[in-house]
Amino acid sequence: MIAPIPVSLLVNGEQVDAAVQPRLNLADFLRDNLKLTGTHIGCEHGVCGACTVRIDGEIVRSCLTLAVQAHGTAIETIEGLSDSGEIADLQAAFRERNALQCGYCTPGMLITAQDLLQQTAMPDRRAIREHLSGNYCRCTGYQAIVDAVEATARARAERSA
Amino acid sequence: MKAAAFAYARATSVVNALELLAAHGDRAKVLSGGQSLMPTMNLRLISPDIVVDIGGLRELRGIAVKGDVLVIGALTRHADLLNSPEVAAHAPLLRDAVTHVAHPAIRNRGTIGGSLAHADPASELPACIVALDATIVVRGSGGERRIAATEFFKGIYETALSSQELLVAVEIPVAAEGSTFFFQEYARRHGDYAIVGLAAHAVVRDGMFADLRLGFFAVGDRPLLASAARTLVDVAITSAALAEAAVTLASELDPQEDQQASSAMRRHLAKVLLVRCVATLLSRPELATGVAR
Repeated sequence: MIAPIPVSLLVNGEQVDAAVQPRLNLADFLRDNLKLTGTHIGCEHGVCGACTVRIDGEIVRSCLTLAVQAHGTAIETIEGLSDSGEIADLQAAFRERNALQCGYCTPGMLITAQDLLQQTAMPDRRAIREHLSGNYCRCTGYQAIVDAVEATARARAERSA
Repeated sequence: MKAAAFAYARATSVVNALELLAAHGDRAKVLSGGQSLMPTMNLRLISPDIVVDIGGLRELRGIAVKGDVLVIGALTRHADLLNSPEVAAHAPLLRDAVTHVAHPAIRNRGTIGGSLAHADPASELPACIVALDATIVVRGSGGERRIAATEFFKGIYETALSSQELLVAVEIPVAAEGSTFFFQEYARRHGDYAIVGLAAHAVVRDGMFADLRLGFFAVGDRPLLASAARTLVDVAITSAALAEAAVTLASELDPQEDQQASSAMRRHLAKVLLVRCVATLLSRPELATGVAR
């Protein structure tokens, strides 16, 4: 039996201390240990993007990150981004434009889209597609998602103007 | 799937990492960004007994110009390469290539050292460093050694690195006067592994190649520095000369067949990339029409 490793990290602003098996990935840690099930698991090898979270402000694949690697970091999940209101307008735009159907990819899509909007105020559709290229959606055909991200960018630009 | 159980050690220094590797040998795997290692472990293609995490070794992360060499630390992330003014000035091929390496979330974690040590023949960075005539710096218990990029890759996921050594840096000669670069790949989805790709570095003088290095990837068991390039150096390039070089190229490739493409399709796409590359580097679009069609 392999001894658990102690980890301390911030998750959505709250201090978390735990002891975890080295093989436990961050996605499973968030879902099973912390019951933050908004982070979804699709492919478990980095292809689908459903497990996207932020570590120290940068988006990463939580299925390709071990929980032990998150020691000393600050994690933000879809629950954190949602509760803080940071992406309320983006979520509203997704609803209005039917940019989700089953919703499985949506947490990853929202986090990845917000990452783009933080880097680029007015991305064009090509840039939106490229930034979201690592996130699979099997329902919408992507057009509505690109629409929603574009509309959010425009609305934010108008608000800050 | 999920990775099989393994023990975990967080290296506190390069020396400590080397001690751990010396103790565990090929039962250990080095974890840097994990963006190749974790999928391989999750798919249970490998199950190391112990993972040695070097991710916290800050001294291995960073980009610096030393004389006429660009030194890139092994833990430098793909996103760092993309945003580095030094890379943009001295090795823009790497920046161009990184835009094709997976997706933003993966570029935030994946490292150049990890990508090179993993040595996937379909990945971009190994072909780039072969085209750039780089040197790989490796440290072991007996000290440091330098390996030419062209000698580093030995096969699918195989390199000249021993299980007790650590890749610590890559040294790239800064771009010479007249240097131009070309990077293009075919992939099913932007960011996926290439079906066929080409990373090229040329020195152009008076409309001719004074030097030309063509690093093809996903056409064999390792990145290939195409010898067909030699037929194009110091000669006036005509459509006929280019067509002949494309035939030479096809004969030196040994592409695998898989669910993405047949060997014949890979050979064809490599020829198309060669022609596009030469036309682009010489700014002669007419060369790209009519050959290898």
